[in-house]
Formats: sequence, C-alpha cells, structure tokens
Amino acid sequence: MPNKPFAITLNVGSSLANKTGSWRTERPVYVDRLPPCNNACPAGENIQGWLYQGEEGGDGYYRAWHQIMLDNPFPAIMGRVCYHPCETVCNRAQLDTAVGINSVERFLGDEAIKQGWTIEPDAPPSGKKVLIIGAGPSGLSAAYHLTMLGHKVTIADSGRAPGGMMRYGIPKYRLPRDVLDAEIARILDMGVTLGLNRTVRNVADEMAAGGFDAAFLAVGAHIGRRAYIPAGEAAHILDAVSVLRSMEGEQKPLLGRSVAVVGGGNTAMDVARTAKRLGATDAVVVYRRTRDRMPAHDFEVEEAIEEGVEMRWLSTVKHADAGKLLIEKMVMDEAGFPQPTGDFEELEADSLVLAMGQDADLALLDGVPGIEADDGVVKVNQAMMTGHPGIFAGGDMVPDDRTVTVGIGHGKKAARNIDAWLRDSRYEPGHKHEVAHYDKLNTWYYADAPATVRPTLDIARRTSTFEEVVGGLDETNALYEARRCLSCGNCFECDNCYGVCPDNAVVKLGAGNRFEFNYDYCKGCGICVQECPCGAIEMEPETI
Amino acid sequence: MPYQPIKFYQTGSFVVGNRLLDQNERSVQSDTERLNSLTSGHRACQGCGEALGARYALDAVAKATGGRMIAANATGCLEVFSTPFPETSWRIPWIHSLFGNAPAVATGIAAAMHAKGRDDIRVVGQGGDGGTIDIGFGCLSGMFERNDDVLYICYDNEAYMNTGVQRSGATPPAARTATTQAVGPNPGNVFGQGKDMPRIAMAHEIPYVATATVAELRDLEAKVERAMSFRGARYIHVFVPCPLGWGSSSNDTIKLARLVKETGLFPVFEAEHGEVTAVSKIRRRIPVEEYLRPQRRYAHLFGEHGHPETIERIQALADRNIARYALLDDLPDSLKPPGSAVGRQVRWQSEDLSEQTSAMAILTETTGAH
Ligand SMILES: Cc1cc2nc3c(=O)[nH]c(=O)nc-3n(C[C@H](O)[C@H](O)[C@H](O)COP(=O)(O)OP(=O)(O)OC[C@H]3O[C@@H](n4cnc5c(N)ncnc54)[C@H](O)[C@@H]3O)c2cc1C
Ligand SMILES: Cc1ncc(C[n+]2csc(CCOP(=O)(O)OP(=O)(O)O)c2C)c(N)n1
Ligand code: SF4
Ligand code: SF4
Ligand SMILES: [Mg+2]
Repeated sequence: MPNKPFAITLNVGSSLANKTGSWRTERPVYVDRLPPCNNACPAGENIQGWLYQGEEGGDGYYRAWHQIMLDNPFPAIMGRVCYHPCETVCNRAQLDTAVGINSVERFLGDEAIKQGWTIEPDAPPSGKKVLIIGAGPSGLSAAYHLTMLGHKVTIADSGRAPGGMMRYGIPKYRLPRDVLDAEIARILDMGVTLGLNRTVRNVADEMAAGGFDAAFLAVGAHIGRRAYIPAGEAAHILDAVSVLRSMEGEQKPLLGRSVAVVGGGNTAMDVARTAKRLGATDAVVVYRRTRDRMPAHDFEVEEAIEEGVEMRWLSTVKHADAGKLLIEKMVMDEAGFPQPTGDFEELEADSLVLAMGQDADLALLDGVPGIEADDGVVKVNQAMMTGHPGIFAGGDMVPDDRTVTVGIGHGKKAARNIDAWLRDSRYEPGHKHEVAHYDKLNTWYYADAPATVRPTLDIARRTSTFEEVVGGLDETNALYEARRCLSCGNCFECDNCYGVCPDNAVVKLGAGNRFEFNYDYCKGCGICVQECPCGAIEMEPETI
Repeated sequence: MPYQPIKFYQTGSFVVGNRLLDQNERSVQSDTERLNSLTSGHRACQGCGEALGARYALDAVAKATGGRMIAANATGCLEVFSTPFPETSWRIPWIHSLFGNAPAVATGIAAAMHAKGRDDIRVVGQGGDGGTIDIGFGCLSGMFERNDDVLYICYDNEAYMNTGVQRSGATPPAARTATTQAVGPNPGNVFGQGKDMPRIAMAHEIPYVATATVAELRDLEAKVERAMSFRGARYIHVFVPCPLGWGSSSNDTIKLARLVKETGLFPVFEAEHGEVTAVSKIRRRIPVEEYLRPQRRYAHLFGEHGHPETIERIQALADRNIARYALLDDLPDSLKPPGSAVGRQVRWQSEDLSEQTSAMAILTETTGAH
C-alpha cells in the first residue's frame, strides 16, 4: 500500500454501503385516509381536495371551484342553504372550531359567478336521451352530470321558473334569487332543454312520446300536510308551502298583523321569519314539544328568535277562530311524548299557518308497472332505480333526508348509474378508505386559529327587508379559513417526515409528488408516523 | 424562539416545510438539496435523537457557511456510529481525536485556518454531554475564555450512552443509569448535583449561547444561523432523546423533546454576552409526569411502589425554570427574574388571534396573496 498516507490501510468508504434497512421489523408506508368531512358530504364533494387548492389563493380558487363542480354544480347555493354536515364532523372542531367549509364554498361559488367561470362538457355524445321530471336541485344535478357524461337531457317542470323548493320554499333572505338563477343558467347553458309549465301526468307516456331511453324523477314533496284542527268558519288557515310559494308570485300572501305557525321544523322558522318581514308585529311558533326536540336547526331557531319570532314550546292549537286561537299547554311524559294538561290559554292570531311537513304527489306514476311506493315515497335500489327498469328517482320523493344537498347527491348518483345502465354496464363506486379520525392526527403541529365568523346583517335591517341575512367572506378571510383545514388523512406535503427521519430514509419527490421511503436505510423507528400531522403514514409489520 | 413564526398556514411554522411558503422562507431540512452532512447507513440506534440533532445543526451550519466548514468531534455515540473504519457517514471535513479534547482540537483548527488566511472556513466542535460537560469541560472553558472562533455544539442525551448509559454531569435527578441504579430509598440519580452547562457558558460572557431541542427544527436552525453571524466562541446545547439509554420507544424521540420543553424542565432560550435575550414560551403547559412516564429510566417513580414525592421534586425543578426564564406568558412581572430581557420572543399564547386585522396583515404579508 505504498500510495496511502501514514497508518492508513484501506480506502475511505461511505456508510452508504451499510444498508441499515435490514434492522427493520416494521416498515412505514404512506396511506390515504378518508377525511371525515368528505365522508359526511351528501353530495360526495372532495372537500379537503378543494380546500387544498383554495389554500393557494389566486388561480387556486378556480381549481378549487372546479374540484367542487366535479361533484356538485351549486357551490354558491350550497354556501347558503346546505346544512353542512361536513362541519359537524370536522376534526378541527376538537381543536378549536370547525373549518368554515360552507363559507369558503360560498366564497368560491360567488367568485365563479363574478368571474363567469363555466364548465365545458367534453364527453363524446352518447346519442342517448334522458327525461328528467322536476327542475329542483335533484333534477338539475342529474341533468348536469348526465350532460357531462355525454347524454342529451330534457327537463320538464310544472313551475314557472326552475329551482323547485330552492325557489318556491327557501326564502330569498337566505338564498338570493340572482345567485339561484346564475347557477341554474350555467347548467342550462351546457345544452340542457328545459320545458316550464309542463306538468307530467304519466311518466311512461311521456317517455314513449319523446323517445327517451331513461328517466329520472325528482318531483319533490309539495303537498302540505294538513292536521285536523277544529275551527270556526272565519278562521284563516293556510299551509306553509303555499305561503312560501306565493312569495314568488305578484300577490304576496295576506297574513295579518299577528301570525301563528304550527310546527317545529325549518319550514316553520322560514314562514315565521317571512311573516315578520311582511310586517307582522307578532309571529309565534307553536310547537308541541320542547326546544331541544325541534327538528329545526339550532341556527335557524336562533336567528328567528333574534328577529323577534316568539316561541311557544309545549303547546298545541285546540281551536281556531277568527282573530284568535285556543292553545293547550302540554307536558312531556316519561317516555318523552307530549301529553295534554287541560290548561288553556288564548292567543291572538289573524292567521294560522300549518308547517307540518310535506308529502310527494306520485300521481304521475299511477299504473307504471314495477313502481313501489311506501309511506308516500318511492322505493329505489342502490342504483337509485325504481322497480321499473330505466326509471330512476331521487330527492324528496325517495326515502332519505330531505335537503337540497341530499337531493343533489341523489342526482349525481342517479346520473352515474343511468350512464352505466345506458351503456349496459354497472356503476362501481370507488373504494372507500378508512376514515381519518381525530386520534390519527398529531395536532401539535397545527397553529391555533379560530374560525372566521361570517358577518350577519344587523337585526333591524333583516326583519324589515328580504335582503340576505348571512354575509360572505372576503378574499383574505376565505384564504385564512381554507388554510385552517388539517388535511386529515392525506399528505399535504408539510415535509415533516422528510425532516424528522434520523436516517435520511425519506425521499422528497418534489411539489405535488409527495414522498417515498428508501427502505435500504429506513430502520423502522416510526418517528415519521408519530410526527405526521395528518395521519398519512402507517406502520406495517415487515414480512420476513 | 428567535424566528418569526408564520401563521395560519394550517401548521404555521411548526412543521419542517410548507408548500405555501416562499423558497427562501423554508427550513434547511425541507430542501431537497440539503447537504445531509450525516448521511444514511450510520449505525445509530433506531430513532436516535443525536443523529437527528447533528444533521439538523450541521446542515444549517453548511447552509450558513456555504459549505466552508470543518468539524471536530469528541468520542461518543456520534463519533462511533458515524465512522467505523473505513466507512464514514460524514459529508463534511470532519476529525476525531479524543473523548476530552474536541474543543481544543477545534481551537487548533481555527488557529490554523487563521494562520493560513482562511478565516472564511468556519469551525464547529461537537460532542455528547459527557465529552462536553465532564471530561472536555476544561478544554471547553478555555476555548470560551480565549473567545476562540468556534461554534461548539453539545448533543445532550443526559448520560454516557456509548459505553452503556453511565451517569454524566448532565444526568437529571432520579434518572436510572447503569451507575445510578433504581435501588434504595432515593433510587436513581441524586438531586442537587450536576452542571447546568448553558448557564456556565453564559458565565463566560461569550457572544452567543443558546439551547434547543430536536422537536423545534425552525428554532434550532435559526439559532445556528444566528450563531454563525458572530465571530468568537459560541455554544449551542441541543436536547436529544436517546431511546436506548432512556428506555423510550424509538418513535417517541421528537415527542419527548417536545414534552420536556412544555414541562419547563428544559428551558429553551438564547443569550448574548451573558444576558438572556429571548426565551421560547411554553405553548401548552403539562405536568412533568407526562414527560417522565414514557421513559423506563423513570419507571421506578410510578406504580404501586412509586415515588410521588420525587415527582413533586422534579415538578419543583420545572417550576423553578418557568419562573427563572419566564417561560409562561401570564407570569406576573413580580415573578419575572430581574434582568431577564425577553426580547425577540413570540407570544403564541397571549396574542389575540381573533383580531382578524392584524392576523390578516401577517397572512398577506407572508403570502403576497391578493
Ligand atoms: C321552506 C323550506 C325551506 C327549506 N330550506 C332548506 C335549506 O335551507 N337547506 C336544505 O338543504 N334544504 C331545505 N329545504 C328542503 C329542500 O328544499 C328540499 O329537500 C329539496 O328542494 C328537494 O329537492 P327535489 O329536487 O327533490 O325537489 P323540489 O325542490 O321540490 O323540486 C321538485 C320540482 O319538481 C316539479 N314537479 C313536481 N311534480 C311535477 C310534475 N308532475 N311534472 C313536472 N314537474 C313537477 C316541481 O315544480 C319542482 O320544481 C327546505 C324546504 C322547505 C319547504
Ligand atoms: C479518556 C476516555 N475515557 C473514556 C472513554 C470511553 N468513552 C467513550 S464514549 C464515552 C461516553 C460518551 O458519552 P457522551 O459524551 O455523553 O456521548 P454519548 O455517547 O452519550 O453521545 C466514554 C466514557 C474514552 N474514549 N476516552
Ligand atoms: S380539518 Fe379539513 S380535512 Fe379535516 S374534517 Fe375539517 S375540513 Fe375536513
Ligand atoms: S445509544 Fe442513544 S445516542 Fe447512542 S446511537 Fe443509540 S440512541 Fe443514539
Ligand atoms: Mg451523552
């Protein structure tokens, strides 16, 4: 070894020759888990996915909006009327407060309207024709998705304008009509044919006449339930749906100075709040049970009370007469049912509005073979298809929660199944990952940041006008809000695993490409798993 | 915390990287081009905090010096696991001489570089707590006293790990080591002995002294960068959990470093010319128990035959640090130590984050989002 320095006998080597991966008994692997918000969204939105895009701001907003549009064509409407079950389960709620998913969605929806963003269907025409009955959220959602899939869609609706309950139920102070119109127009502009004032009497006839290959029914539930209330001749009794519908006509409903509303649901709140805005000095909600039993959402009860709506819990209407009602007080029995007490009181009321739920009018299905209805709603299978091949149904007329978002979800699911059916195949929904529950997160890493509160119109203005009550976010706070997302269960490239590995066994693949393990050197210490904020790494036993 | 934390990117600056940050605002460790001064294939145990701490610190030195650096290493795990002849894990000029002389070797290199007119080449001395606080103490004190142009980094795993976990001057009270067994009426290491090296370093009034942990990367990197902005003797004391010696799970290394700071047992601060200039506030205070329990070296304190009174004594040590360094934000002024200027600290706790305007301002400033 003549050419080596003094006392040196071997060439200098690198420890890279030493493959420490052989020490391992367990190996870390990257996983994707299902964020709870995505799991809860009735329209199947990839919420985390669009928040991720939105976090970048700028062009990210368009990408975020586009991501929503893959599942739901109504972001601006969603941002106003969706009851956001996603926020109820948002993991951030356990840290401080839930991410304001709904408010960011509204911001994106409004931005799209402002910027005139559109979607171009790019599927080749299938040559198939689909009939949709009902231009409510469910029918419109199906129309949108079917058009995206290349089918020719015709909608028939008995109304004077499209939107269903979004127009003829939900008051404008919660959903301004220009927003509704803009998002519907975007769908119609994609080439959907809409026939208004067209009540379909029989589905089978209609399909045969138009040469349709399939049909999607979404006629909603519009018949106000009546309850028997003994009443004098001159008593003024109306049903809530008709009252709200007439708000869209030239003739506003005449309710008088004092209005009583029977019921405890969201519709009852909407009517009472509408009555207030029409000039009633007293709007009283009469409900049999206690507040916590009210089916109305808390925020709606809250807002109604703020606007001066009075609540009479544990009360029923015993008798109605011109100008006044007889109210009986109730008590809850041990089983949780309201029982009469025999205590009566009088309540002044020029009109009595019944808000006790709605039934679907299924007359158009009479005589169609195979259709099964139960409890006033139509049975459908997993594919949203009724018992009659080629006839699908969704929204309020099928058994499920009755919300705009559920209807939209049905429309999407039906569209995908109709598409498969028209192509003689089966629609296979993607595999669902395990849910990323809170215990999978390392929340230390998330900065403390409470939710942005959406501005609410001051009380004085909102009881006298039909202006929108809840305001939107502006650019900065929408961005801030999007960035509060924890990215539960899916890598968001925080570089933690790349940084914390004592053996440099994590390879960073660059923006958008995440990371991979170099198992030649990974000793399996598991630090990366512990320190991943969002729970996107898991240890697996090594197979030897 | 000597860096300006970035807020409202989901993770602020707690994590290693952040895709939404400007490249120049990102940590050294998040960079795909980082040096990996200590590369793969080293023989440190699974989850070794020392290996991690050394890479964090030296990569940051390399970044600050543009790679013009030489390191002198004391004997100990860091040396042994990285250089079994003829292999080396070091991708920097690196020299090992003895257990007790790393500061002196570093001084010599610095003098040589100066003599050669190569003051641009910066020198780092490094070693474990034994090599630094015990056997290398004299050399280190001399290096401080002469104000030699060396950054000395101590990786404190609180015992002589390389030779089988013997007690050192940095071993905490009650901890079990091979030489402080968990037997007798006061099991484990004694109370009231040992050396507080960062404070001893401060007493030399050298330009810069800092403590850090492997749990706060951004803080550690910022301190290294700051240290490199001075000439003269500088000292950084890094808390590095040792799964083998502490009887902890290999995946708990960073967690333990995080917890120790949150208890107050290991104060994280900076000092310049003998004065504390900044402290890292406790973010979510926890009792010492939460930190002690996951470590088998403290197992004798828990369970049926445990020693709750000893845990209380350890808690008192944490409380003393909290008062001494004002580690909590809500500490009344009367309890704050005189002269402890809490300078470039960041108030995570007291800041009213609901004050949207100021928060938004920071947000837009750091993103340029408009
Ligand atoms: C007052 C009120 C407030 C509500 N607020 C909310 C809310 O805030 N958030 C929320 O998520 N949900 C809310 N809902 C529920 C929600 O509006 C409904 O669940 C949803 O609109 C159902 O959608 P759909 O498409 O099934 O039916 P609909 O919206 O009812 O639409 C059905 C359409 O079919 C048409 N149609 C019916 N029969 C025929 C026929 N034979 N031929 C042709 N066309 C026909 C109708 O004209 C209508 O346009 C509210 C409901 C009410 C009543
Ligand atoms: C003069 C001398 N005495 C004893 C030893 C044996 N020895 C080698 S490493 C070591 C302990 C190192 O402890 P520390 O400095 O804390 O480093 P760690 O291994 O814990 O990282 C000892 C005692 C030696 N190499 N030289
Ligand atoms: S934090 Fe983000 S990903 Fe997690 S549940 Fe909430 S919105 Fe979804
Ligand atoms: S004994 Fe401790 S310090 Fe030494 S290599 Fe193992 S974990 Fe690291
Ligand atoms: Mg040691």
